[in-house]
Amino acid sequence: MHLFELTGRKARNLKELVKHLREVDDSVIFNHTHNFLIRHHYLTPQPPSAFTHWVKESLKEEWLGEQLEGINTIEFTSLKDLREKTLSTIESYIKKNRRYRIAPEGEEFFFLRSLEFVFPTPYLATNIYEFVEALRVISPNSLYFHFFTARLRLGRGTNDFSHWIETSLGEKELADRIAQLDPYMYTLEELREVLIAMLEAEIDRVLRRKR
Amino acid sequence: MPIRLEDYTSIVGTYVIEELRLLAEKLAGKTIQTINSTAVGGGVAEILHRLVPLLSELGVQIRWDVIRGGTAFFEATKSFHNSLQGEAGQLSEDIFKVFLETTEQNLRLIEFYGDIIFVHDPQPIALVKERYKGHAHWVWRCHIDLSNPQAQVWDFLRPFVEQYDAAVFSSANFAQPLKVKQYLIAPSIDPLSDKNKELTQEFIRDFLEKYQIDPKRPIITQISRFDHFKDPIGVIKAFRQVRPNFDCQLVLAGGEATDDPEGAQVLQEVQAEAGKDKDIHLLLLPPTADLEINALQRGSTIIIQKSLREGFGLTVTEALWKGKPVIASAVGGITLQIKHNLTGILVHSIEGTAYAIKNLLTNPEYARKLGENGREHVRQHYLLTRHLKDYLLLFLAIDRGTDGIVYL
Repeated sequence: MHLFELTGRKARNLKELVKHLREVDDSVIFNHTHNFLIRHHYLTPQPPSAFTHWVKESLKEEWLGEQLEGINTIEFTSLKDLREKTLSTIESYIKKNRRYRIAPEGEEFFFLRSLEFVFPTPYLATNIYEFVEALRVISPNSLYFHFFTARLRLGRGTNDFSHWIETSLGEKELADRIAQLDPYMYTLEELREVLIAMLEAEIDRVLRRKR
Repeated sequence: MPIRLEDYTSIVGTYVIEELRLLAEKLAGKTIQTINSTAVGGGVAEILHRLVPLLSELGVQIRWDVIRGGTAFFEATKSFHNSLQGEAGQLSEDIFKVFLETTEQNLRLIEFYGDIIFVHDPQPIALVKERYKGHAHWVWRCHIDLSNPQAQVWDFLRPFVEQYDAAVFSSANFAQPLKVKQYLIAPSIDPLSDKNKELTQEFIRDFLEKYQIDPKRPIITQISRFDHFKDPIGVIKAFRQVRPNFDCQLVLAGGEATDDPEGAQVLQEVQAEAGKDKDIHLLLLPPTADLEINALQRGSTIIIQKSLREGFGLTVTEALWKGKPVIASAVGGITLQIKHNLTGILVHSIEGTAYAIKNLLTNPEYARKLGENGREHVRQHYLLTRHLKDYLLLFLAIDRGTDGIVYL
């Protein structure tokens, strides 16, 4: 669950966006590359990161917007690298075009830091059956934390579900298949459905093998 | 029957209520004192009347105090309010003197207690002088747009703001650079209030018929006080561009402007612009006509909010909540609520408004989808339960004084 803190920083053009992108802390980078997921998790198709949205909608820099959209967040395991890739994409565009469109008044990019609150919920799984049942009822906030925050913000390298399935259940193949999903292509509810389907298929496979 | 938290379950889902309970448990043993300037009337009191009982139901120890002041004090704070929202003109020294004297009286009258003291808007802002006597955390909640304040008033108030531990704003572009932490908490609407609760089709139809509005033809509506910033004339001009090719009606509904000379003048201008057009309905509704406003929004085909300037724009939130396709200007807090072509349509001109109306009347499926997305957007972000959650998170953040990830 999130509370947003204002940083007092805002950008009106690409030059200012780059300056602040270099200086803000990782909480800000994580927020603007992931906030859309939690804010619009019920919409299809999934809107892109806030940087991309602003570049396209407020600066009308369509080409750059598409380049930013092309950054495949799932390929990054650290916010430092994601920040660098975002910066280098914008900087090379600036070098080529040498122009700074100004966002209309009121549409400046406001840099926000997200405070993320983490606490235990009543849901606990000790096996794959309990896990899939919990997955049906946990809040989108739980799903978001274990899939996105854990992997990138906490730098665990993979999502919590894959980690647990591999280390506690010993199901490496299933864990890898879940880790290979590109969760950024789904809304949170779609992601929940995809995960449930994968787990149910695995349960079916195990049951068939037992018979 | 007082409204209880579980009454919101069918609207927001079980997990939202569960998470509120879990968060509230983490505040066990903490006391919150909330202070504002009035117990009745105005948006702040309205929201506190809803939030305070729900926080108590969650087990949070919260008490609500109201400052006292005479007519001169409230005239002074009204001047502050206007100046902070950008009205030009110097204020006399007497105004500041009255403000400080009343603050001193309230400092003697109010019993301060609690771990977090949560102060709303400029009227009680200077009570923060008291903070040096205790160990409480002080938070200032600003409900108004400070993006372009008049310098004299802001220079006077800023030193008070900067004595707080944190300030809270409704939108990033309403804030000012400050030396203290600033949080973002959007306002909300209550889905169970008279203005927003579900109504029967019969009630809606009776309302429309009472005002001779034809329920069988498309109804395009703007609900706003008669004020130049709401651009009612622009709405009529947009309607006139649509009407030759589309059989539809326009409703402009707003409060009766008996105590507002400027409002009365704008109303006259609007009446002159509307002329004798039978398809333009001007409705003068009292501010208490919540059920009627609700019925009008629910009976409308399209809702417009063609403001030239806007605060957060809760009338937009209300319309989105009713699943209506909304066409609104890209100003103030409206841009937070409407993502163009996803949760509504953002416009910048009379022509853009007219085109958007034609587009929605021609493509009812597109209009339906916008309305559906808009309602869901409000369900996720602008209902009272989200507001409640943000306040709980704010109190926890202030109490724990942490950044980044907060483990509870």
